Amino acid sequence: MTVEVRIQHGFRGGFLLDAEFAMPKAGVTALFGPSGAGKTTIVNAIAGVFRPLEGRITFGDRVMFDSARGEDVPPSRRHVGYVFQDARLFPHMSVRDNLLFGWRRAGTKASPDEIAHIIALLGLDRLLERRPRNLSGGEKQRVALGRALLSSPEVLLLDEPLASLDAQRRAEILPYLERLRDEARIPLLFVSHALDEVSRLADQIVVVRNGRVTLQGSVFDILTRLELPDIAGAPPVGAVIAAMVEPPREDGLIPLSFDTGILYVSRLARPAGTRVRVRIKAEEIMLALEEPKAISANNVLPVRILAVSGGDPVDVQLVSGSTRFVARVTRASCARLDLRPGRSIFAIIKSVTVDASL
Amino acid sequence: MDLSLTPAETEALLLSLRIATVAVLGAFPFAFAAALALARLHFPGKSLADGLVHLPLVLPPVAIGFLLLAAFGTRAPLGAFLLHTLGIRFVFSWTGAALASAIITFPFQVRAIRISLEAADRSLSLAAQTLGAGWWDRLFNITLPLALPGIAAGLITAFAASLGEFGAIITFVSNIPGETQTLPLAIYSALQSPGGEDQAIRLSLISIALALIFVILAEVVQRRTRETA
Repeated sequence: MTVEVRIQHGFRGGFLLDAEFAMPKAGVTALFGPSGAGKTTIVNAIAGVFRPLEGRITFGDRVMFDSARGEDVPPSRRHVGYVFQDARLFPHMSVRDNLLFGWRRAGTKASPDEIAHIIALLGLDRLLERRPRNLSGGEKQRVALGRALLSSPEVLLLDEPLASLDAQRRAEILPYLERLRDEARIPLLFVSHALDEVSRLADQIVVVRNGRVTLQGSVFDILTRLELPDIAGAPPVGAVIAAMVEPPREDGLIPLSFDTGILYVSRLARPAGTRVRVRIKAEEIMLALEEPKAISANNVLPVRILAVSGGDPVDVQLVSGSTRFVARVTRASCARLDLRPGRSIFAIIKSVTVDASL
Repeated sequence: MDLSLTPAETEALLLSLRIATVAVLGAFPFAFAAALALARLHFPGKSLADGLVHLPLVLPPVAIGFLLLAAFGTRAPLGAFLLHTLGIRFVFSWTGAALASAIITFPFQVRAIRISLEAADRSLSLAAQTLGAGWWDRLFNITLPLALPGIAAGLITAFAASLGEFGAIITFVSNIPGETQTLPLAIYSALQSPGGEDQAIRLSLISIALALIFVILAEVVQRRTRETA
């Protein structure tokens, strides 16, 4: 079931929301953009708690909203799971009753096994009898996530579920979200203004700025675009690569193969055959005109320069086969090496981050 | 002074409690509906409705008693209808005293319930909505439980105010011992009889004790509200 969204709404004060995008039938779509871009309003419109002046929202062949035909399904019958930035647990109920609130009202109910699975997936076993006020911020968000999942949603909406948490809590929740992404068979909309979260979790990105969708596409493509600072207010990422863990070499290095090459890592707690996501920061890529022979870095890739940005530092867009990279170097280095589009050079990758499967 | 209550004092005390209880509980459904409408709905004439609800607060109680008499007297159309077809008589009856008290304390209830409903976090209701809860479902399972302590405090205040009602009761249902003579009316009667000051003081002390109990009760309920919030 794909989700299609087209909304237009003029607000008092002149802000105009005019957004159109589609979400594939499974996987994570990130709604990415700075604060005030209109992300939450878009999510509210999908959930039905905000009614735009114009537009059409469909879940598969179910029409949720259509201004032309006067259709507007109330939020209580849209079957969306909505995880709010501030959790919004019911303070007068235990964690258990919070979790089962939507389940009790769902048309197709999760089985006891599925309930147990979700509780285990989110690590909620020990919290069931507690009251929301006795939970930490991270625990609250996990309960909110469980509550939304147990209502058997057809679409899951996550509105900056990590924004109100400190770095430690954020790191605690991210693995749960990764597991959720890998298991969910429904479209997931993840609202964020944090590039690291998006590059780690999203499959598809919809960039929103000033109420408009300025760019959309796969995370592998969008995040290595040089125009990202202009359209999303964020620097490009070095690379996001879908890779497969291969058996370790004799020297101990573990190869990660992707469509046009191999990256090596020294340690990895995942068995061969696992699909992983590799993230590289633009600052972690060095450039060399000739292939360096005596060098400690394990990853040297032959690449071709696609484009060079202005400013200082300079973002250099590279391609190896069909995989794109962005290296961030000083303007001085750029001038000294005479980096120009079309030149074939070498990228030295100092370090990579490997995330859970795709 | 003998601290044990005389049968007449006990009678006035119990009658006061009974009238206040019936008045507050009887008015609650109407007060809740009015509070809900004022808190949640937008309709033309809302300020007028708001004003009408608060009218008993500013109107002289004697005027309310007189208006009730004019409406529910046995020779008034409404009063005659109630008496002859349903056998209900308010004048000179304790039920009339309860009706008068209910009307006088109605604004206290509406205010307390309305404030509680408005203070109840709308975003939680919104969350419940996305989880499949319809309007009544949200009202009974989210809004009402969250507003309950505030509502209880409002009911207690209305109850305490009802215990003190004098003007509307004496005008509407007269001052009949054992039927409509509540504590304030008994104090008034004692003051009217020669040498009744001692009796009036005893009854006043009972009123003070009663009022203190309910004011403290309302305070306790409100404090618990703050703690659970």
